[in-house]
Amino acid sequence: MKKFIVKRLGLAAISLFLLSLTIFLLIRISGDPAVLLAEPGASAADLAAIRNQFGLDRPLWVQYVSFITHLFRADFGQSFYYRTDVFELYLSRLPASLMLASAAMVFSLVIGIPTGIIAAVRVNKWQDSIGKIFALLGLSMPSFWVGLVMILFFSVYLGWLPSSGSGTVWHLVMPAIALGWVFAAAHMRLTRSSMLEVLGSEYVKLARLKGLPEALVISKHAFKNALIPVLTLAGVNLVIMVNVAVIVETVFAWPGVGRLLFEGIAFRDFPIVQASILLGGTMIVVVNLLVDILYAVIDPRIRYEG
Amino acid sequence: MSTAANSPRSVSTALALPSRLAFVRSEGFPLIPSLILLMIMVVAILAPVLAPHNPEVGVLGDRFRPPAWQTNGTFDHLLGTDHLGRDVLSRLIFGARISVVVGLMVIIVAGAIGTTLGIVSGYLGRWVDQVIMRVTDAWLALPALMLAIFLAAIIGPGISNIIIILAAVWWTRYARVIRGEVLSVRERDFVRLAVVAGCSKWTIMRKHILPNVVNSAIVLATLQLGQVIIAEAGLSFLGVGVPPPQPAWGLMLADGKKGLMAGYWWLTVLPGGCIMLMVLSANLLGDWLRVKFDPQLRQL
Repeated sequence: MKKFIVKRLGLAAISLFLLSLTIFLLIRISGDPAVLLAEPGASAADLAAIRNQFGLDRPLWVQYVSFITHLFRADFGQSFYYRTDVFELYLSRLPASLMLASAAMVFSLVIGIPTGIIAAVRVNKWQDSIGKIFALLGLSMPSFWVGLVMILFFSVYLGWLPSSGSGTVWHLVMPAIALGWVFAAAHMRLTRSSMLEVLGSEYVKLARLKGLPEALVISKHAFKNALIPVLTLAGVNLVIMVNVAVIVETVFAWPGVGRLLFEGIAFRDFPIVQASILLGGTMIVVVNLLVDILYAVIDPRIRYEG
Repeated sequence: MSTAANSPRSVSTALALPSRLAFVRSEGFPLIPSLILLMIMVVAILAPVLAPHNPEVGVLGDRFRPPAWQTNGTFDHLLGTDHLGRDVLSRLIFGARISVVVGLMVIIVAGAIGTTLGIVSGYLGRWVDQVIMRVTDAWLALPALMLAIFLAAIIGPGISNIIIILAAVWWTRYARVIRGEVLSVRERDFVRLAVVAGCSKWTIMRKHILPNVVNSAIVLATLQLGQVIIAEAGLSFLGVGVPPPQPAWGLMLADGKKGLMAGYWWLTVLPGGCIMLMVLSANLLGDWLRVKFDPQLRQL
């Protein structure tokens, strides 16, 4: 058990190391990093100052060590546009992103789990087909386009919902659906397959043999066990949602970290772009680590595989 | 010697051809999605012939003209015009080109990189395997779209850049899956015989392993085509993908936002509809191929 956790921690550390190294190298391979790190339209003297500040004339590994030590101190530099610390800026935008991701998660679970169960119970019937179509549409439509079409219908034509911004619950509805649909599809598929597996298991057969009504078998015996993998996936997906919401947040002018990343790109504010990907990547690596360890604690069979 | 070796092979391919085409008539073949994909390809190739107007030049006096069947619409601009008076139908037709080129190039490049790494990793094993798989895992840990946005922000917009970026992000899936397949293929008798016969590692990988994993690579590629097209549209929408004034569908959606609040639906619904049609078709075809050719991949 301890060995597994240590090994898994090591893998996560390697992932983070490679992540930072990749980003560090890409910035330097792609051209003069001083141009990226300096404000657009900086003078030659400013560029020289940047080179001096970041030690861009020193050997590469010295630069990398200094890059890493800055990261460990949560020092991601100053935003050119906002003139504030990038890390603080990121943290100030995180609650809005988490709120949107939570709303999208609620939507995806409320839609995904019941449809997944119905599809599994009525496998290969019309209910199953409708579920499949719903999932396929979710995977085939760009989330931002779903958002744009919803704005067109519910804001412009019907005037029911605000088209952008934040503040009320109504502002959340459309971005949450646009962001959550793909995940609803994923949760539906997993619920369906997990439910099918559980329904074929011995203890469900026993419950049926006992003469329990089918509704009780499904709700009491099958449902609870089928839910475990779905909820695990949902935990990981919540973090992924925060990080893939860039375009949906841009469409709805939602003030989260995705919108911040977009602003970073639009204003050529490179420290923001760099911090967004480093922090987002770290979040995902950490969550995957936690899930793996949690799994090993819950399920002893996994321990020896890692 | 060579003719003797070749003649039975050519006979067998001649016999195999009808049965190869017969899959079109087999059960569950997604005929309509395949026809849609074929149609999009034809439109992409014949774009200069089919498009009624220049997709990049508009008449400002004709801005925001609705489709022909609405009031103020003209048959000159069948599907209306955008904020610069450019013909939407022509832009959609030329947009197909960009989606097809980017989509195919990305899955080919990513497939080649990922398959090569997967074969090398799986066949050579040891530290080579460790290094390649750790790097693959590190890439896989990041959301593809975010990594692509970061790379695009560094490298800058442009169609060839987009292809490089998306390929750099999407090769990981192939490496993982193909490596797994190679692990089982390398234990088979014909590989052992090749080793005994004195084939070099390179020859074994190219002649004996590759043909046995290429099916999985094709299935994966078809399944990824849709994701790649959506990603390209997303990057273009954000302004880090295909640069204006080129008529990419994602870029058209970004431009369409200018008329969104005024209710100019055709600028939003039509380009997105094209993306959906193409992605949906690719997904349906990919799903069918997956079940048909590679039952092991059903979990993907």
